[in-house]
Order: sequence, then C-alpha cells, then structure tokens
Amino acid sequence: MAFTPKAVIAAPAQQKPTPARDLEVEIERAARFVRRHTIAAIYRAGSGHPGGALSCADILAALFGAELNLWPNTVADPDRDRFVLSKGHAAPALYAIGAHHGYCDATAALALRKIGSPFHGHPHVRDLPFVETSTGSLGQGFSVALGMAMGLKLRNSCARVYALLGDGELQEGEVWEAAMCAAHHKLDNFCAIIDYNKLQSDARNDAIMRLEPLSAKWRAFDWAVAEIDGHDIAALLRTFRRAGATRERPSVIIANTIKGKGVAYMENMPAWHGSVKLTRAQAEEALEGLGANRKEIREYLDGV
Amino acid sequence: MGSEAPALIGTSGDSLRESFGKALSELAREFPNLVVLDADIAGGTGVHHFRKSHPERFLQFGIAEQNMMAAAGGLAAVGMLPVVTTFAVFCLRAIEQARLSLAYSRRNAKIVASHPGLDVGPDGASAQALEDLAAFRAIPGMTVISPADPIETALATRAILEFDGPVYMRTGRSPAKRLFGADHRFEIGKGQVLRQGTDVTVVACGVEVARALEAAEQLASQDVAVRVVNMPTIKPIDTVLLARCAEETGCVVTAEDHNINGGLGGAVAEALAATRPCPIEFVGVRDVFGASGEPEELAVLFGIGSGGIVEAAKKAIARKRAA
Repeated sequence: MAFTPKAVIAAPAQQKPTPARDLEVEIERAARFVRRHTIAAIYRAGSGHPGGALSCADILAALFGAELNLWPNTVADPDRDRFVLSKGHAAPALYAIGAHHGYCDATAALALRKIGSPFHGHPHVRDLPFVETSTGSLGQGFSVALGMAMGLKLRNSCARVYALLGDGELQEGEVWEAAMCAAHHKLDNFCAIIDYNKLQSDARNDAIMRLEPLSAKWRAFDWAVAEIDGHDIAALLRTFRRAGATRERPSVIIANTIKGKGVAYMENMPAWHGSVKLTRAQAEEALEGLGANRKEIREYLDGV
Repeated sequence: MGSEAPALIGTSGDSLRESFGKALSELAREFPNLVVLDADIAGGTGVHHFRKSHPERFLQFGIAEQNMMAAAGGLAAVGMLPVVTTFAVFCLRAIEQARLSLAYSRRNAKIVASHPGLDVGPDGASAQALEDLAAFRAIPGMTVISPADPIETALATRAILEFDGPVYMRTGRSPAKRLFGADHRFEIGKGQVLRQGTDVTVVACGVEVARALEAAEQLASQDVAVRVVNMPTIKPIDTVLLARCAEETGCVVTAEDHNINGGLGGAVAEALAATRPCPIEFVGVRDVFGASGEPEELAVLFGIGSGGIVEAAKKAIARKRAA
C-alpha cells in the first residue's frame, strides 16, 4: 500500500541565528514542536510511549538544532555525524525533530504506527533516510553506534557519533560491554547521552534495578563524564562542545530529565512510560499545556 | 621444555576454520574495507592468520559477543565489510543482535562460526552448537552456509565477501577430509551431485558430506546406488536440484551435524513438500545435547556416522518401495 504524505501542518522553517540566546530560543521552540507532535502522533496511533519521548525532547532539539553536522541534504554524506536513538521506543520524538528540521514531512509523521507508513513503532533504517540503524531492542543501538565510531576512525573521518540511551536501558549487559570497548579503543569521536528520567516501564529505576552511583560507574569505565540538567539547553550545548574537545576517551552526558516533561499529568508518572492509548481529552489537555491554540489542536488531532 | 608455549590444539592440519582464516588473509588485499571482529578466540576460529597479516584491520572486542555482533552493523553502516568471528554457540548468544542490527537493518556483514556440532569433540555439549543452522535460517534475509571441506571453505569465504547481504557461515574445528580438487566450484544457493545413483539421494552439508560418500561406497557393495548431493547453502536451498533428485531417485536422506529439527533436514523437507513430496529420512542429532568424546566416536554414538546414513538410506528405499 502506497503511503501518501499530505502537508497540512508545515514544519517551521529552519533558522540558524548566530547569537547564542537566539539559538537557545530556537531550540526551545523545536523542543515544544517535538512535544506537541509526539502527543498528536501517539493520540492518532492509539498507542505509543509518551513519557520517554517527552523527556528527551530537549536533548534531541539541541542535537539536531546545533550539534550534529547533519542537514536534510547530507543524510547520505559518508562524513556526516551520526545520531542513533538507542532507546528506540522514543521514536515519535525522533520523527518529530526530523519533521521540524525537514528530514521528513510533519503531517506524514503523524501516521505513526500505521500500516504502510515508514514511521514504525520503533525506528527502521531502511524506511527513513535520517534513521541510522533499526532500534527497539535496548542496548543494541549503543553497540551499533560504537561500531560506526570505530569504522569512522578507521576511515580517518572526522565525523562524530551520538547515541541516546534510556536509563532503564543501562540494565542491559550489552551496554557495559560496549562501554568497556569504547574506552579500550579510545573512541573520542563517540558521545553517549543518558536520558536519566529515573523511571522505567514498571516503576522507578531504584525499585526495579538500582543504577546509582551512575556517574561513578561511567568514570570507572574510563569515560569522560558530565552530569547536567537535560532540559537546560545552554547546558546541553556547552556540554556537547566539551565532549567534542575531549581526546582519547569517549564522553557520556548524564542528562537529568523529567519523564513526561511538558505534560503536567504525565510528569514523573511511570504509568506513562509504556505504550498507552491517549483519550481525546488527555490529548487536548496535553496540547493546551504545550501552548497550542484551539485551531492548532484541531489540526494536530483531526487534520488529514 | 617447560618454558615452551603450549601447542594450540587442532590449529594445525586441514580444518575448515584454518582454511577460512588463511583465505581471509589472502582476500584482505582484494577487499580493502574488510575488517575482522574477534572476541578473544582468534586462535580457535582461524583468524589468527588475519591478525598476523593485517593487524590494523583486526578488531578486538574482548569476551563480549553481543556488543561485537551489533557493532558489526555499525561498521557496515559506515562502509566497512565486517566479518564477525566466534564459536557457533556464541553466535546463538548474540543472535538477537544479528537479527535486529544485521538482518533487519540489512547490513552487508558476515558471521563466520567455528566449532559447530559434535565436530567440536572433547569440549563437550556446552560448546557443541546443534541449533545454529535452524536458528539463523529462521531470520529473514539471512543466508546460511556450511561448506564441506577446506577447498570449499576457501571458495565460500570469497563468495560471502562478494555477496551483498548478511550471511551466517559455519566452519569446523576438527581436521576435515579433503573432498574437492583445485577445480571445485562454489556458488551460493547451489548444490552439487558428487556421486550419481538412482535408488536414493543423500543430501548432506559440512562434515556429513564425507560420511555420505563413505555410506554410498558401503551401499554400493550391496548393490544400492546412492546419489550424493553436497548442499553447502542451507538457505536459500537449491529447490530445483532437490526436486530433480526426488523425481529421479524417489526418496531422500538428509545428513547434518545438527539437531534433526529445523536445519538442513527441515529446509529440504520444506522444499520437497512444496515441489516433489517423497519419503525423507533425517540423519542428525535426535533433539538431545552432545557429550565429550572424539568427533568420530560421537558421530557413531549419536548416529550421524556413515553407519547412520546407511541405515537411513535403507529405510528410505523401503518406504519408497512400500508406497
């Protein structure tokens, strides 16, 4: 079945203003778009994981808005920076930031999880040009990203690789295999970001399987570690720059976030981690909270 | 004396793993993007040859197969030609990584597994992968290969590097019989008739090909004409050849150093059920785990030696005649 995208909700035009504060405002605007689009797509899909998509919206907006050496016309450039969404269940947020920056059509991306759509429940590399590898099994994206970083070094490319991991994902043994390997091979072109929202599928990390002391774990694995507020755009940009200047070691940014950030009734509630069905009232309330007006809400939820 | 390094067991002689390792070293010049991934077992998989000849393209992952398997997907994504090497059982450990990060992502990456089946010998059941052909065969887009002798292994090594797509290939631990000459040809997806016969066709892969030829020799002395087919590609299976053999001999025996469930036997049965149904007997390990012992002793104990193939051939012929 052919999938026909129809541009009703246009992606805002990309701007790269030079003054630092303007850039931050631009990234905040992108993050707000990601949150609204995520809510709308999950409402339309009738399922999806809102909590962890909302918590990483600012991280994605900062990466795509300022850090990645990547544009819609360079998605096939061998020397582009790579971004891997290892926490694949946050796919709606990746599609939304892609739409915001023109990597895909914003309205088409509202067909999340629908048959015939390339916007699968978890990202698939063969169906969208800005998806770098298929994810959805926790831990694997991190290893694939490591392989990319290794290969880019072998090819003497100056491209960098970024992987976004969930906190619950860190319970996978493969993550620590990869952590050991990246440090051993001194992959300083490799940057991991942990979306540390403290909640996982069933409950708090602490209740399921304790992660702390988390910074100390990464330091013990010989990574350059930074711990920041994952909703502070200026801090994110500053830390990415520091990671880029780190030599001989991979970098990890532990980004403290709030699960469900931006939607009051979801914030810090584990119930909104898993694949959920949003009611009309819940979707409207969420979009209102994210500053959408009535016309925009109708377009998001009913537009074709 | 005491200060001498211990000899590596089984690394000398004509094992399939050694043949693979040497072939890989020779092919490195032709494939400049070839990289070999190892999980601290290069002496066992044959890639110690590559480590010596091309250390800059030999990537050490430590004893961590899941990370290694998925990382191969990343290496392929940036234009390298990764060959993941470890024991077959550890490929099973990382099969979900092979599924998502190699097959589903459609990466041009190769997995080459040594130490398959009872051929592992004295290390015992924990190391004897009897499930790998079935498991990897079930992954969409995964090509599955099990060559029969050192020459075929070298040819198959070249073929999988030239082929675009994910491949799982078995080698072998123990010294293998030389079956083919320098003129032997290997093509992915093609089987070959090694011996003509009209009473029954024995379809075999890996170490069982030599045993099938022995069984055919034994049965010839009893006036039974056995056709022997070497089937090094388990997926995609050579359905055309199988249907023709079933048509011409009326019954089939499959032989593999693998569980009788889901491997070569399963592939042959599926192909023939859809094209030319006939009596089929399965020679393989009968849904149990292996044990320690020398490969030839184990082959007899578990019924996958030439004697087991002789019995199965007689049974298949009897069923054909009764039908």
